[in-house]
Amino acid sequence: MSDTKIPLVDITTRATHENNSVSEWRPADDDVNVDKPSSPSRRKFIKKSAGVTTASLIGTAALVTGSDNVQANTSWAEHFQGNYRLMSDEEKAEAIDRLEKRYSLEYEKEVTVDGTDAQEGVLFGYALNIQKCIGCRRCVKACVEENNQSRGDEQEIEWIRVLKMEKGEFTQEKLNDGYPGDYGIQVGGNAYSAAGVVLEGEHYYEPEAVPEGDSHYMPIACMQCEKPPCVKVCPVRTTYREPDGPVVIDYNWCIGCRMCIGACPYWARRFNWGEPQLPKEEMNPKTHYLGNRPRMKGVVEKCTFCIQRIRHGRYPACVEVCPVGARKFGNLLDPNSEVRRVLDRKRVFRLKAEANTYPKFFYFVD
Amino acid sequence: MNVMIKFVLDYLGYIIRGDKKYYLWLGFLALFIIPWLYGNFMQLKYGMIVTGLTDQVSWGLYLANFVFLVGVAAGAVTVVFPAYVYKFEPLHKVSVLGEMLAVASVVMCLLFVLMHMGRPDRLWHMIPVIGIYNFPHSMLTWDVLVLTVYLFLNLIGGFYFLYKKYAGEPLNNKFYLPVIFIAIGWAISIHTVTAFLINTMPARPMWHHGMMPIRFISTAFAAGPALIIIVFLTIRKNTALWIEDKAIDLLSTIVVACLTIALFLTMSEVVTELYHPTEHSAGLQYLILGKHGLENLVPFFWGSLVAMVLGWVLLMIPSIRKNYNVLSFICAMLFLGIWIEKGMGLLIPGSIPTPIGEFTQYSPTLLEIGNCLGNWAIGFIIMTLLLKGAIGILLGDVKYSK
Repeated sequence: MSDTKIPLVDITTRATHENNSVSEWRPADDDVNVDKPSSPSRRKFIKKSAGVTTASLIGTAALVTGSDNVQANTSWAEHFQGNYRLMSDEEKAEAIDRLEKRYSLEYEKEVTVDGTDAQEGVLFGYALNIQKCIGCRRCVKACVEENNQSRGDEQEIEWIRVLKMEKGEFTQEKLNDGYPGDYGIQVGGNAYSAAGVVLEGEHYYEPEAVPEGDSHYMPIACMQCEKPPCVKVCPVRTTYREPDGPVVIDYNWCIGCRMCIGACPYWARRFNWGEPQLPKEEMNPKTHYLGNRPRMKGVVEKCTFCIQRIRHGRYPACVEVCPVGARKFGNLLDPNSEVRRVLDRKRVFRLKAEANTYPKFFYFVD
Repeated sequence: MNVMIKFVLDYLGYIIRGDKKYYLWLGFLALFIIPWLYGNFMQLKYGMIVTGLTDQVSWGLYLANFVFLVGVAAGAVTVVFPAYVYKFEPLHKVSVLGEMLAVASVVMCLLFVLMHMGRPDRLWHMIPVIGIYNFPHSMLTWDVLVLTVYLFLNLIGGFYFLYKKYAGEPLNNKFYLPVIFIAIGWAISIHTVTAFLINTMPARPMWHHGMMPIRFISTAFAAGPALIIIVFLTIRKNTALWIEDKAIDLLSTIVVACLTIALFLTMSEVVTELYHPTEHSAGLQYLILGKHGLENLVPFFWGSLVAMVLGWVLLMIPSIRKNYNVLSFICAMLFLGIWIEKGMGLLIPGSIPTPIGEFTQYSPTLLEIGNCLGNWAIGFIIMTLLLKGAIGILLGDVKYSK
């Protein structure tokens, strides 16, 4: 898909690298109960160590009979599993177990699929300082590495799109460079050049170095809307809002109709047109069922705020990597969280607020 | 029961027999199935990457054909409505042909939708009880519902009529008429809901306006009868079934009337959007004039407009409208013009630019075009067989005998 390609050149930045000093969005004293005891991942862990459950026995039996069979058996069962949200805890654990086996064989490393549920009292929100963003696209790259997107010539998927917005200018010389109408009366003017026409930004900028003096940058990814149009149009409810905020997709339930792609006002969703290309050595083995686990062809995917990280108190990969600290993240329900401080103190706006989607992704300036 | 089995046997026996022309026509259509099989194999094996679709333009020819064919299916009502509501005898006699056409069109719609899906193997996820049917929230579930019911209404209405005619029994009007009248209303619903499918998305400003359903209906009721006229004239020429001039004249009048409304609505939209073009007009600008040097669709738009306006002017002249030597050609031109206007002319620029302002063009791959042609060919084969069977029964060639 030549049109979706952005060469991920490492663009040298003029800014100094100041990484976020804190590595967790959660206050330090709140470090308990990351895994709720009832979460499938925890139970799965117990099961695995006991090693006597049916699922693991079947798994062992299959392993003995040869790896090809494991793959065949697991994908066969995967075909008939239900919608993740409606599975019982046991079914979830089984589904996760199946996936872990399949992925581990496929990528030749120990892959974990996390099923950690939402924590109570948490609603994730994001704030991006467009004044600080230098357009280096490190977030795009970090996101791809973290979230196991397809990469390479055949199909390159990126969840974040950074737009370059030219500032434009009004000049004395162009003052009278207008449209003359009848009677010699000027009916319009041209006294501007590309005066930052919103949403006509440059998608494929490739300068020697960033930031360019005459531009600012606008990264766009999934807004995790409170009223997500994509969720409403889905005919099979494979995409839904999790209790802690992110809008997620059960990749095994998606029928690939792409209604959600049509409905999203932020162009945040991507489709696996072909079989995803994910080199074994680059595959991130720490995955979440609703997040960065490897996808299959014919399904939709998108940003989940790195659900595999945030449910364990970590920052999304893009927040962690941002060299200028433009990205802030945290619990919207906690008055002391970074994101809440931004909302309380800075001048904040949401992209396409008129669409009434109530994004939980905010833009701000100092 | 015995009669029923005989009906099926006689019916099948009749539709597979025909003259040389009949076999040549079916053979010609069957040729398209070879690239279709290859195309489907490739798409199932490698995914939709074999199409020209991208994340930027993720709805293309498949869905464009779907939208158009829903219109054709609904357009069949232009035969059934005058026949039963106005008791217009020339159409009443052959109204079952309209139902057969509707069945073939809906089958084509389903083929196109299946092809549009990234995971057709997971279609069962939509089936209530074993899957999840997101009704009434998802407009797509409404569309599936109305199309499925429309298919069954036409199958039931059509084949009940044919069976009774075959058996030489009178129709039970207490059963038959409600089916017919529900189907008439239902025809409107299928195209209305298909319009709602795409115009309920504020993310796509080109589609997001209340004129969409009536535009859909008006072009459907021009394209549908245009096809029916061609079919009727072909039947007149090649079979013993005589369809009266009055029937064809009424259909061509309907085409003109609906085309008038359609052209008026197009004009209204163009003026509204382009008098002071906003960002929301970018798609229409791309379609009509090209934008930022991208102008793939411009010749198609103007070609389709010329076809529609020219056809409209010609059909307004009674001597031309009633000249059946040229009527088929005019109808074919209109059919093609509307196919472009409502298919690719409406579907594709809805995605250009993307909601965040990226301009990308879409051109279908050969494989994609082959798949579309294959679907059309299969649809026409089904239509031919259904019409042949219906004609046989209407003529009395196929009837029950002990």
